Amino acid sequence: MRNKSRIPDPFEKARLEKGWESINDQDDPVSMILRHKDVRRCAHNYKTFQSGATPGRIVVPSEVNIRDTRQIPFEVDPPLHGEYRALVEGWFKRPLEQGYQEQLQHLIRTSIEEALSKDDLDLISEFSLPLQSRALTFLLNIPFTEAETWISWGTHVFRSEESALDKDKANILYDYIDQAIDQAAAQPGEDLYSMLLSCEFQGRKLTKEEIKGVMILTFAGGRDTVINALNNSIAYFADNPASLIRLNQEPEIVHQTVEELIRYFSPLTHMGRVVTEDTQVCNHALSSDSRISLCWASANRDPAVFENPNEIQLDRKINPHVGFGFSHHKCLGATHARQILRILYKTLAELVKEIKIIGAEENIEHWGDFRRKVGFNELRVQFIPK
Amino acid sequence: MAKITFITQDGENLSVEGDSGSLMQLASQHNVKGIDADCGGVCSCATCHVHVDPKFIDALEPASETEMDLLEFDDKVNDYSRLSCQINITEKLDGLVVKVAN
Repeated sequence: MRNKSRIPDPFEKARLEKGWESINDQDDPVSMILRHKDVRRCAHNYKTFQSGATPGRIVVPSEVNIRDTRQIPFEVDPPLHGEYRALVEGWFKRPLEQGYQEQLQHLIRTSIEEALSKDDLDLISEFSLPLQSRALTFLLNIPFTEAETWISWGTHVFRSEESALDKDKANILYDYIDQAIDQAAAQPGEDLYSMLLSCEFQGRKLTKEEIKGVMILTFAGGRDTVINALNNSIAYFADNPASLIRLNQEPEIVHQTVEELIRYFSPLTHMGRVVTEDTQVCNHALSSDSRISLCWASANRDPAVFENPNEIQLDRKINPHVGFGFSHHKCLGATHARQILRILYKTLAELVKEIKIIGAEENIEHWGDFRRKVGFNELRVQFIPK
Repeated sequence: MAKITFITQDGENLSVEGDSGSLMQLASQHNVKGIDADCGGVCSCATCHVHVDPKFIDALEPASETEMDLLEFDDKVNDYSRLSCQINITEKLDGLVVKVAN
């Protein structure tokens, strides 16, 4: 593999020697859990490592200063979590339906054909962000043109850092969702807002705040993550043109390829939990009301589980990655994301001979002393047709 | 050719025949409810979890450590739990009955 698409594993030494590392985040420190087995065990143990803490606190960096709305079912613990999740699970499985996949196929083919017509494509603003936004209209089952509003927000609306500016940006989304819920209440349709407005929960209707919580999760959870996965995929195929040829010859491996690239990319580095009782992980004492994070990116390179973890094997047969999280809170949007990537890879393999990288600026996250590449701030490419 | 019966959580019985591939693939081809097979068969998601009729459990190749590690965290696990993506269809499985866990 050439180096533009390479994503190094910064956690290797700490994972091997200690299994955890403490980092600061807005004076609310986080112990990052780094080994695959520990990450899965902690993710499953919702009683000791809870999600239902102060809204925003399980996100790293913490969002407690920028939002009060609880994201649902994400920031709720079992058994209540399961009741909320049951309301939306069927809806989020719609990407398994043939009609949904046909919509995605049309969108992705059109997006690639448009990309093929450009000599210098700004991948993020001209391909990944529009594709993510337009695909989201299918998940919400709302008019396709609504995506233009989301595209106009740019890539940074959902970022959560400490500045007031970011809070203002986050409010763009929250105000938009408020309005969209009101509109659906006035004129119910076949969309996700209307479904949430009509459903029964514990013998009552959902409150507007609960619906807002589901919608914020739907928008924010699938924004940067999907865009990172798209950018990293294109960079990988640019560096490895033989992989496109192989996918064209062996389309049946596409499921394995998507899982392998999700493992390797780990579009979301980690997700936090709040500790509810004094406990320990890897002989590291954790006190009640402190925070841990489940480091999916580190777990996905754990050599105790993955042979040659830093190598991409397009048809890796056994791949118990945690790129979509694990256990109760595993990614609700994973079915949608997987369909996008499967269709993207197959369609690229069919239409594109080669992808040239013209320019790239990496997006490097800072977690304490760790420096992790998660994707790109800028990626300019040219798609060469067959 | 092996005849396999899937019993869904709704109590529906579906008997289908297969001669190759995995039990999960056979279920997916016939849209067996509760077999979502999100990850496509790489032992990452546990959405193809089945409970094997005890009479047949010894006819199956034992579960790998990876499969057992994943099942360990599934709330619906029992002594007869398997991930159907990890069961290859052979003649020996003719008559197999599995109950879909989800």
